[in-house]
Amino acid sequence: MPVQVLGDVLSVKRVGAYQSMTVIAPGIAELARPGHFVAVQVGGPESSMLLRRAFAIYDVKDRGVYGGTVEFVFAVHGKGTAWLSARRPQDKLDIVGPLGKPFRLPTTGVNTTLVGGGYGSAPLLPLAAALRERSCRVDMVLGAGSADRLFGLLEAKRMAASIAVTTDDGSVGTAGRVSDVLPGVLDKHKTDVVYACGPMPMLRAVAALCAERGIPCQVAVEESMACGIGVCMTCVLPVIGDDGRTRMARSCVEGPVFLADRVRWDDVGTVPQDTVGALARP
Amino acid sequence: MTDLTTVLAGVRFPNPVFTASGCAAAGQELDQFFDVTALGGIVTKSIMLEPRAGRATPRMAETPSGMLNSIGLQGPGIDVFLDRDLAWLCERGARAVVSIAGGCVADYAHLAARLRDRPGLTMVEVNISCPNVEDRGQVFACDPQAASGVVSAVRRNTAPDIPVFAKLSPDVTDIASIARACVDAGADGLSVINTLLGMVIDTTTMRPALAGVTGGLSGPAIRPVAVRCVWQVHQALPDVPILGMGGIRSGLDALQFLLAGASAVSVGTTVFGDPSAPVRVLAELEQALSDRGVEHVRDVIGLAHTAAGHLVPEGPDPVGDEPAAEMEKP
Repeated sequence: MPVQVLGDVLSVKRVGAYQSMTVIAPGIAELARPGHFVAVQVGGPESSMLLRRAFAIYDVKDRGVYGGTVEFVFAVHGKGTAWLSARRPQDKLDIVGPLGKPFRLPTTGVNTTLVGGGYGSAPLLPLAAALRERSCRVDMVLGAGSADRLFGLLEAKRMAASIAVTTDDGSVGTAGRVSDVLPGVLDKHKTDVVYACGPMPMLRAVAALCAERGIPCQVAVEESMACGIGVCMTCVLPVIGDDGRTRMARSCVEGPVFLADRVRWDDVGTVPQDTVGALARP
Repeated sequence: MTDLTTVLAGVRFPNPVFTASGCAAAGQELDQFFDVTALGGIVTKSIMLEPRAGRATPRMAETPSGMLNSIGLQGPGIDVFLDRDLAWLCERGARAVVSIAGGCVADYAHLAARLRDRPGLTMVEVNISCPNVEDRGQVFACDPQAASGVVSAVRRNTAPDIPVFAKLSPDVTDIASIARACVDAGADGLSVINTLLGMVIDTTTMRPALAGVTGGLSGPAIRPVAVRCVWQVHQALPDVPILGMGGIRSGLDALQFLLAGASAVSVGTTVFGDPSAPVRVLAELEQALSDRGVEHVRDVIGLAHTAAGHLVPEGPDPVGDEPAAEMEKP
């Protein structure tokens, strides 16, 4: 069950093109699992920005000097994230979490490949740790536009049995996209399960490659959210349910982690005609 | 300690702070953050007869002190709502104010009939002013005759002890005339206001930001418009109870609505940024009333309409204070 906490900022660090923020948020740390996210208020109590910003949880420490802490990674995109990046230790932050459905873990030690785009690697690093605890083999594929947009490369190298890196500009690793190198990784390491987090076009490409090979894949999607707790119906996408019917699923409570073969990738952004409750088009 | 009980068309509520339709789903998600039975009532997201998928995304754009939404009334339909959502609210002991929406008068009549005698139902709010539905021809709230047709159909199909409130749109020339039409058609009270129709253009794509092109503007940005509408409706119809809403973020915001003439208020969009806002607003309102030496919340309802110098208006009891049966605990 999520909690709303007014926590103290412990640190804000620049990591390449991103910011990594740690907040003392007891109650969240203890419950968080890889794939969960937090929703953060921006601009202070009188802010003209009403909506929370959602970020995947990167790291949690549920005990220690400061009690429970939560760390998340973000890029400065607009006024809200700019405000967030200007926080300093001991500033207060209103934070809600853990939210959403986390990654489901295999019960036996299988071969896993984790695919991250940009700072989408953040939730994959604690996932890698959890998978290793379950005796899974972890291979990683990380991609970004440029070297400074690869998050957690060193940590990934420590954690993973193998790592493949791509950048659009070729500044590190193979020039190109994660989908260019992923087929080779899947075949070479006999991957049983894929986990992915990153921009929607990347997730779509990863989902297609896994579908071709019949490899189960879980994706953590990025949809624009207003509340993060399931009441506003903003962050929906067409997802096929257990009954085979498509519904507009809320990525904040039914996701953000979905089985990749349940997402109607070609129809994201639309309401497909066969969705439950779709209006007939003239 | 101020007595916070308030009466809406004969039904007594323990306090005047409610959620707002479309901003609380059916209460279950918010119950994780606060006890939903602590509020005056839970106003549920407008429900339609059939399941509804809603509009394409993007459905939302943040605006200064507000947001624009174009959800398109996504919902499970009345059957699932009754069995799952209303049943949960009833079992939980919350006072459910069920908002209904339809595309024609018959839809509203059917919805009211389906709700009739359902345990847990405390009040019906008729969404005649949602600008989001695909069917652009059906903005009942902008035409006194259309509004009146819907309201009378709902009133006819609703048990006499359940108040029917019509939710008004601010996007009209004369809100008091629409209010009067609704009351003449049998509305026991009025919810004031729904969102304002707005639009944002994305300057990167150089196209409308919302897939639905236009959307409903809500949040503190619309508060002065909402207070004005409550004021005008109360002035025109001083005996008709009003559930006021539009950008309430604090207890003092809520107090403005009561002073303008609302007997209770809904906290809406603020919940998206602060899921525990309704109970915070309630606590702040209680403190504000106590600080002002107000003994009973009814003493401030419509007070702003009286000459300065009076704390408690003289003369007959103010709006909403007709003798009422104690509401049954669901």
